Amino acid sequence: MTIYIPTPLRPYAAGKDAVDVNAGTVSGALDELTQTFPDLRKHLFTAEGKLRAFVNVYLNDEDIRYLPEKDATAVSAGDTLSIVPSIAGGCQVSDRMNSFLWLTRFPTLSPERRRKGRARSW
Amino acid sequence: MATATVPVELPELTKDELARYSRHLILPEVGEEGQRKLKAARVLCVGAGGLGSPLSLYLAAAGVGTLGLVDFDVVDKSNLQRQIIHSTADIGRKKLDSAAEKLEALNPEVKVVKHDTLLSSANALDILKDYDVIADGTDNFPTRYLVNDACVLLGKPNAYGSIFRFEGQASVFATADGPCYRCLYPEPPPPGLVPSCAEGGVLGILPGLVGVIQATETIKLILGKGATLAGRLLLVDALNMRFRELKLRKNPECPVCGAHPTVTQLIDYQQFCGLAPAKKEENAVKNGIPQITVTELKRRIEAGEDLFILDVREPFEYQIANIGGKLIPQNEVPQRLGEIDRDREIIVHCKGGVRSQRIAEFLKQSGYSEVVNVAGGILAWSSEVDATLPKY
Ligand SMILES: [Zn+2]
Repeated sequence: MTIYIPTPLRPYAAGKDAVDVNAGTVSGALDELTQTFPDLRKHLFTAEGKLRAFVNVYLNDEDIRYLPEKDATAVSAGDTLSIVPSIAGGCQVSDRMNSFLWLTRFPTLSPERRRKGRARSW
Repeated sequence: MATATVPVELPELTKDELARYSRHLILPEVGEEGQRKLKAARVLCVGAGGLGSPLSLYLAAAGVGTLGLVDFDVVDKSNLQRQIIHSTADIGRKKLDSAAEKLEALNPEVKVVKHDTLLSSANALDILKDYDVIADGTDNFPTRYLVNDACVLLGKPNAYGSIFRFEGQASVFATADGPCYRCLYPEPPPPGLVPSCAEGGVLGILPGLVGVIQATETIKLILGKGATLAGRLLLVDALNMRFRELKLRKNPECPVCGAHPTVTQLIDYQQFCGLAPAKKEENAVKNGIPQITVTELKRRIEAGEDLFILDVREPFEYQIANIGGKLIPQNEVPQRLGEIDRDREIIVHCKGGVRSQRIAEFLKQSGYSEVVNVAGGILAWSSEVDATLPKY
């Protein structure tokens, strides 16, 4: 089955946006995922092994919290698991940081060159 | 389905409005009645930034009668990559003034109400109560939860949108029978655990995509037409241009909209999100890690002590401002322990003290006996020791 990794957690999963695993249940799939990428574990689970309150896991389009068997639900090869953390959105802070970044990285560039450099960064 | 509350007595359309909205009037789903509903409607956009730009522009163009904006920020050059309601000439102006001017120019029929404030527990109910639909386009967790709780308490639907890098989420929360944001996420992430936007950036087009979805949902809520995103979470992946949809359920145990709510009035959302300013205590110890103040650190540096200062921020942050510490970004620390001297006192710092605290705890667990965290990080250094160091 395929597990979709959300953008904020990709740095802890070698940058991957999806990972294929072979598992019989939802928890088995998450175990396999976090064994492959141990850094993910603390982002997904509390020290007690509970899924964190700001991370939701969906089997296909259904929240596993509302499945009768929750994370013990059986999965098959064609299923998908989506990890969906909360994101706040907006990014005011990064703006100021990015301005600084360009100014500090290329202090000698003309404003025009800086703009070009900036456009290239996307 | 849940719809916004619109007065029974709908205002008439003027001749001018009949001409302006003719493409709406010939749409059976809008028509003259729908257009009059739009004219009667009052929508509050929380934030006049990335999401608020397309959102408010389209709502104004569509003829929403009263458009409220909440914002207290000023336009910065780096906003212009995505906040399309502002232009280069607006740099340094209040976003509210800049946005209101564009909206009034686009559609003089619209009444724009400016709320020049930071939405807070003290003012949110008072501001939100005069609107039919709330469109949340803010950029931080405390305001997300504040807007959600206020919408639930007031019974106002919330057209929600959120973005990170190339990814967006949209839904409609707090309709009569639908789930709220807390049904989806009962608690915010602790600060620092999930990479913040500050470390992430955002594709400039993405707020356009997501903000227009919020505008669409707002219009549908007003018209009472179609199927809104209530009960569904739409995921937008702009990089692969994939839209996915997940089912959202109302949590019967939700602390704010559940059967037995424990949140019955607005709370302290900074504290709820773990952002309450920490009490300043000299020589405090947090989770077994002694905290050093920036003034004490400066005193020790000036006394000529040979200190091992570990900076666990990202390289680009180091470029902006540093105090000469050894740079090992937090995620690389576990693999680079060999570069950190076990026999010395390790003084860890980051931007604000959260990441460094975590790394300090990690080092302690990894067998380092003397690990100290710099309380307040380089921001505190800039405030209290060296004001020439840029704040970012
Ligand atoms: Zn709820």
